[in-house]
Amino acid sequence: MFNLITRRLLQAIPTLWLIATLTFVLLHLAPGGPFDDEKPLPPEVKAEIEAHYGLDLPLYQQYFRFLGNILQGDLGPSYKYTGWKVDEIIWQSIPISLELGGIALIIAISIGIPLGIIAALQHGKPSETVLMGVAMLGICLPTFVLGPLLILVFSSGLGWVNPLGWSVPSDRFLPSLTLGLFYGAYIARLTRSGMLDTMHNDYIRTARAKGLSERLVVLRHGLRNALYPVVAYLGPAVAGLISGSFIVETIFFIPGLGMFFVNSAFNRDYTLVMGTVLFYAVLIIFFNLLVDLIQQWMNPRTRND
Amino acid sequence: MTKGKREQAASQARSLGSDAWERLCQNRMAKLGGLIFAAVCLLCLIGPLFSPHSYETTNLAYGAQPPSAHHWFGTDDLGRDVLVRTLVGGRISIGVGFAATIVALLIGVTYGMIAGYTGGRTESLMMRFVDALYALPFTIIVILLTVWIGRSVLLIFLAIGLVEWLTMARIVRGQTKALRKLNFIDAARVSGVSHSLILLRHILPNLIGPVIVYTTLTIPSVILLESVISFLGLGVQPPMSSWGTLIHSGSLKLDIYPWLLIFPGLFFSLTIFALNFMGDGLRDALDPRDTK
Repeated sequence: MFNLITRRLLQAIPTLWLIATLTFVLLHLAPGGPFDDEKPLPPEVKAEIEAHYGLDLPLYQQYFRFLGNILQGDLGPSYKYTGWKVDEIIWQSIPISLELGGIALIIAISIGIPLGIIAALQHGKPSETVLMGVAMLGICLPTFVLGPLLILVFSSGLGWVNPLGWSVPSDRFLPSLTLGLFYGAYIARLTRSGMLDTMHNDYIRTARAKGLSERLVVLRHGLRNALYPVVAYLGPAVAGLISGSFIVETIFFIPGLGMFFVNSAFNRDYTLVMGTVLFYAVLIIFFNLLVDLIQQWMNPRTRND
Repeated sequence: MTKGKREQAASQARSLGSDAWERLCQNRMAKLGGLIFAAVCLLCLIGPLFSPHSYETTNLAYGAQPPSAHHWFGTDDLGRDVLVRTLVGGRISIGVGFAATIVALLIGVTYGMIAGYTGGRTESLMMRFVDALYALPFTIIVILLTVWIGRSVLLIFLAIGLVEWLTMARIVRGQTKALRKLNFIDAARVSGVSHSLILLRHILPNLIGPVIVYTTLTIPSVILLESVISFLGLGVQPPMSSWGTLIHSGSLKLDIYPWLLIFPGLFFSLTIFALNFMGDGLRDALDPRDTK
């Protein structure tokens, strides 16, 4: 386990360096700077602003300053949210995004796993086809169609919740459901096929033969092994939840990191773009490592050190 | 097992193409998907020509009207016909889908072939680069690229193509690595065929199966990505519209004019649905080993 963590951390260094460098090069090669607005600034004002942010230095100096600052955990000031530092914006908005993603993941798991088990137990019956058809629908309906539809039903139609915002607890419901439903559908499919594969094994027959109740056979012996593909899917799911949060936060006007990232790309707020991209990379590397550790813990056969 | 072998022997007597075609035709969902997608393409392509309405003519006095006999899908708040706008938006979404897929195809196949064929340190360096970019979700990289290249229809397909090649490169590299060890490649090399000719004549034709499958699966993910980016306002810019921008403007007014969201959303979901089934069917048809 210790080996895995060290190896991953060592691999993360060149990856993050490459991402930081690529982002830096891309943004500095882009035509036009962050201060080229539609209404041009007087040249001397613009020069002064650029000098303030160190944009007048030669490119290689800017690059090394940028890398040096990152190593000290300083992502620099935001160009557009004046007076804010990029790390302050990230630390302020990431709890909101994590809460959204966390609730979405809980919804996905608590819908997907039971649905998958039920479908597998009903294998070959029409009810299985219906359940899996619903799951397929959930997979094909994109977030940005689902979100407005849910608003239409639960907010405009039934009037149960606010259509937008993130202030009262009930505001969590629609965004998390929008974000989580796709993953719930996908997890249902994974659980079903995992269950179908597992239930053929000899040890399931043994468990039945020794007189365990069907419930115990399914939940204790079947499910535990059927869940490996689901756990393996959690890594890609986290990355997907992050990209999904861009849309969901935009639809529901949630001040999470996703909304700031999209706005920063829109405003060409270079420091915020670079800081957010790097932060997301770190987040994803961390969660992938976490998922691998969970897999090792669940299945001793994958431990190779 | 013996039955499987017999089937395999029988299938080897026919060409890969006709064999795969037959298997594809047996797959009902794939056929349905193909038909739906062909119908959507045809509608988007020639539908607007038969409509009395133009996609950009505004009629403020008319305003937003619900679906009627005159405007089947209703009109938007500027009095524009939603049906025509959905079809014209589909042209852009599908067009971007194909264009970006071609970009991804060209880069991915070239990159993967070179990496897999060269081997050694070059290969591991090239694949390290792909792995590093894989650390980020594609949406983030495309958003990053839109900051760099700008926002327009022509550039959005470039941005998407510049991301989607990563998976293609991985697949092609794996296949090439396996092919390189086979005898006919050695034979070609011994008889003095140049490396580039080996790649073009001997490796490339053997990659066609997996490349076709993955290309079909790339198109829906590209269309989805384009819509996401356009939905966020970073892709196709007005007065042009794609399904993403239509769904976005529809979602802003959905409680008063729900038809603005429902019809483009329906077309979009149907297309993605159809393309996914088509891709799955093609995968089963071209690569029978992969079937569960």
